[in-house]
Amino acid sequence: MTDLSQTAAKSDITLVVNGKTVTVRAFAMERLLDVLRIQIGLTGTKEGCGEGECGSCSVLLDGVLVNSCLIPVLQAAGSHITTIEGLATDKRLHALQQAFLDFGGAQCGICTPGMILAAVHLLNKIPQPTSADIREGLSGNLCRCTGYMQIFEAVADAARRGA
Amino acid sequence: MSNDRIVGKSVPRLEGRDKVTGASRYVDDMELPGMLYGATVRSRIARGKIKSINFYPAVNWDEFVVVSAKDIPGKNCIALIGEDQPCLAQELINHPEEPILLLAHPDRNLLAKAVEAVSIEYDLLPPIFTIEDSEKLSEIIWGTDNIFKSYLIEKGDVESAFKNADYIVEAEYTTGAQEQLYIENNGMIASFDPQQGITVWGSLQCPYYVHKALMELCGLPEDRVRVVQMETGGAFGGKEEYPSMLAAHATLLAIESGKPVKIVYDRMEDMAATTKRHPSRTRHRTAVSKEGKILGGEIEFTIDGGAYKTLSPVVLSRGALHAGGPYYWPSVRVRAKAVATNAPPHGAFRGFGAPQSLFAMERHMDFIAQTLGISPIEIRRQNFLKPGQTTTTEQVVQEKIDLGKLLDRALELADYRTKKETFAQQNLSANRKKGIGIAAFLHGAGFTGSGERYLNSLVGVETCPDGTVRVLVSSTEFGQGTKTVLCQIAAEALGVRYEDVGIAQPDTQKVPDSGPTVASRTIMVVGKLVHSAALAILETLRSTGLLGEVYSPEEFRAACRKHVAQHGAFRSLARYQQAADISWDEENYRGAAYAAFAWAVYVAEVTVDLTSYSVTVDDFVCLQEVGRVLHPVLAAGQIIGGVAQGIGFALYEKVIWDKGRMKNGQMTNYIMPTSADIPPIRVFFEELGNVHGAFGAKGIGELPMDGPAPAIVNAITDALGISFNSIPLLPEDIFEALTASGSHETMPALADSKQ
Repeated sequence: MTDLSQTAAKSDITLVVNGKTVTVRAFAMERLLDVLRIQIGLTGTKEGCGEGECGSCSVLLDGVLVNSCLIPVLQAAGSHITTIEGLATDKRLHALQQAFLDFGGAQCGICTPGMILAAVHLLNKIPQPTSADIREGLSGNLCRCTGYMQIFEAVADAARRGA
Repeated sequence: MSNDRIVGKSVPRLEGRDKVTGASRYVDDMELPGMLYGATVRSRIARGKIKSINFYPAVNWDEFVVVSAKDIPGKNCIALIGEDQPCLAQELINHPEEPILLLAHPDRNLLAKAVEAVSIEYDLLPPIFTIEDSEKLSEIIWGTDNIFKSYLIEKGDVESAFKNADYIVEAEYTTGAQEQLYIENNGMIASFDPQQGITVWGSLQCPYYVHKALMELCGLPEDRVRVVQMETGGAFGGKEEYPSMLAAHATLLAIESGKPVKIVYDRMEDMAATTKRHPSRTRHRTAVSKEGKILGGEIEFTIDGGAYKTLSPVVLSRGALHAGGPYYWPSVRVRAKAVATNAPPHGAFRGFGAPQSLFAMERHMDFIAQTLGISPIEIRRQNFLKPGQTTTTEQVVQEKIDLGKLLDRALELADYRTKKETFAQQNLSANRKKGIGIAAFLHGAGFTGSGERYLNSLVGVETCPDGTVRVLVSSTEFGQGTKTVLCQIAAEALGVRYEDVGIAQPDTQKVPDSGPTVASRTIMVVGKLVHSAALAILETLRSTGLLGEVYSPEEFRAACRKHVAQHGAFRSLARYQQAADISWDEENYRGAAYAAFAWAVYVAEVTVDLTSYSVTVDDFVCLQEVGRVLHPVLAAGQIIGGVAQGIGFALYEKVIWDKGRMKNGQMTNYIMPTSADIPPIRVFFEELGNVHGAFGAKGIGELPMDGPAPAIVNAITDALGISFNSIPLLPEDIFEALTASGSHETMPALADSKQ
C-alpha cells in the first residue's frame, strides 16, 4: 500500500459489485482489492502477494479476470465486478464451488476464491476445456496446498456438468 | 448402530463450504473497533551492536505508538525449547531481520514510511553465513562452539565394516533453504485488558506454543492469556514457531496503546523474516560388499540453524533418525549437528529434517549402484529393512512391511523397465534427454522418541444440548483436513452421522492442549485420543440406561439430549498413554524412535532440454503404505500437495542470500510450481493398518515431501549420466555441470536395469 493522501483527494466512485450498485469514497489510485475488502466488506477476495503473481485477489472485471491488487479503483468505475461472494445464488453453490468441494479442490482455502473465479473465467471462454486448457487457464493462480491435480478434476467435472 | 462406515469415506470437508464461498474468516478479515496496525523496524546488518536509534522528523511521531525492548513486562524472549531468541533486540544483533522496534498507527498506509524514517547506527561485528565458516569457529556467535545441538547414533562395529568392505563409497550432498510459501502471510491481532489479560487471534498451527510464549513475555498466569486460531491459509510448518514472535509483537503494542493491534506481514517481510527449511549438508561414507550389501557406514548430517536455537534440535533429530533411509545397516554411526549462522532462524517445514537427510540417502544409493555397476533397483532391494530387523537406532521393525513388493508395484505402475530401456536408446540421438529415477523412503509418525510422553496430550469430546457431540482439541486445521477427519473418527466411534459431530475452533480458553499440529501426529495420535474420549461418552450413555447396546443415530441423539437435560453438558477427556512397546533411550539415542513409520516408493520421469537446460517432470508415481486411509480425497490431496512442494524443492525454489538476507523475497523471483509445471501425480496406497493410530491410521502429511527431490535428481542423473548432489538444481547448474564435464555430448546412461 502506498501513502496517497498527499497526492490526491478522494472522490465518489460507483461500481456494480455482484449485481449491486455501490458508491465508495476513495482515492483514484487506491487498490480495488482494498476497496472491496475494507470499504465494501467483501473479504472473500484475498491478498497473497500484492504484486499480481499469486492470483488470490482475482475478480472478474466486466467478465475479464484481473488481479484486484493491481487495479486502481478508478479504473473499475462503472464496471461490473464479480467476487467470490457473487457466485452462489440463494444458498445454492455455483457448479464450480460444488466441484471444488467434491473433488478436494480447496484445502487451506486462501487461494480458493481467486482460483474459482479463474475457473469461472476459463469455462466462460472455453466451455469444454482440454486438460492443457485447464492447466494454462489456471496457471496465473498459485496454490501451495493441493498440487493442483484435484483442482483440475474439479474444473473438468464442472465443465462436464455444463457450469 | 449404523452400518454405514464413515471412516474410509470421502465425507464433505467440514469447513469446505465457507472456503468455497469466501465466508471463512482469516485474521486479515477481522477488524476490531479502534484497532491500530503494527509494523516492525528490523536490523539491516547481520551482526553487531546497536549504537543509537534516531527518529527522522519527517514523520509526526506523536501519532505513533513505539515499543522497544525496555517496554517488555516479562522476559525478553520467545520461549520455545531455549530462551535465547529475544522478542526485540536490546543491543546485540545476530541476523539482518532482527526486530528492534515496533510501531503502530490507526492508518496502515502510513507505517511503511515510518519504518523507513527510523535510522539505527551499529558497531559492526564479523558475521558468519555458512556451515563451513560456523565450524571453523573463526567467530563464536552462539554458546562456546556455535553448535545448538548434536546427536550421535551408533550401532555395531563400523570400523570392521570398513575393513571388510569391497567398496567404500563416499560423497557429499547439500540442500538449500526453502520457503514454506503459504499463500496467507503471517498475521495476528492482539487485544489487552488489565482485568482479562491478553487475547490474540491469528494464523497459526500451535495455540499452546503461542500461549506459553506470551505467558513468559508478559509474566502473566495461564488464565490471563488466551490464544484463538483463525482460519489459517496454509502453514506447512511455517506457522509452528513464528506466530509466537508475531503474537508477542502485537501484544506489546496492544499493552502500550491500550487498543487492539493487528500486524499482517506483506509477502516480502514474510519471506525474508520468518523461518525457512534448514539448509543442510550430508556426508556419506559407506562400506559395501561387491554384491551390493551395505556393511556399515558413517553419516554426517549438519544443518544451518540460523541465529537462534528455535526448533533446530528437533529438526536435527528427525533428520538424523531418517538419515539411514529404509535400509538395514549392520553397523552405522550417524553424527548430527545444528550450527549457528547470522541468518534469520531456520525452522519447521513439512518433513522437518527428513527431506534433507533422505535426499542424501537416496542419491547416495544411486551413487553406490553406479559405483558397483548394479542397478538402482538391485541396490535397494538388497538392503531394504525387513520385519524383525532393526533400524539405525535398533528399533525392531514390527510392521509386516515388504518393501521389495512395494518397489515392484511402484516400478510396474510407472512402467519403469520399458521406459528405462527406451530412454537409453532415444537419448543417444535426442537433444531432449529423458530419465527415470526412484526413491524409497520412510517417515516416522508422531513425535520422536519420548516426545509424545512429554507432550502428554489431552483431548475432549462433549455432549451438546441438541444431542450432537463436539470434539475439543487444540489441533488446528490449515488445509490438511484436521477437523473433517477428527469428526469422522468421533462419528465412527459413536455410531452416529458425520453431521452430528462438530468441532470447536481452537481457543486456549475452551479446548484442552492436544499438542502442537505438527509431525504428522494429528490423525494418528490425537485421532486415537478422540476415539477413546468418544467411547467414554458412549459408556456413560449406556451406564445411565439412556442407550441400549443397539441403537440408531437418532436414538443416540435422543439419549444424548436427555443426558444433557438431566445432568448438563458432559465432557469426556482422554490423555495420551505411551504403548508398552515404545521405549526410547534419549541419552544414547537408541530404541523406538517412532510409534509407526509410513513407507513409500516414488518414481519420477523427467525430460532435460539441452537447449534451455530446463527440466520438466513428465510423470510421477507415488506409492505409499500409510496405515488405513481414513478419507481418500484428503489423503490423496496431502500426497499430491507434498509432491508439488517436493518438485519445487528439487527444481525451482532457490533462496538467494545476500549477507544473511533473502534477496528474492517475492513471488516474482522465488519460483514455486504453477499448474503448468505439475506432471500427472499418480497416487496409490497400500493399507497395512497400524495398532497405534485411530482406526489404523498412520501419519501422512510430511511423507510426500521426502521422496520427490531424490527421485527427480536420480532421474536427471539417469538422463544425463552426470551426478548431481545439490538442490535446488536449476538450469544454470545443469549447464555448468555439463560444461565442466568436458562436453555437452551424450553421456552414457547409468547402469541399466538388469536385475
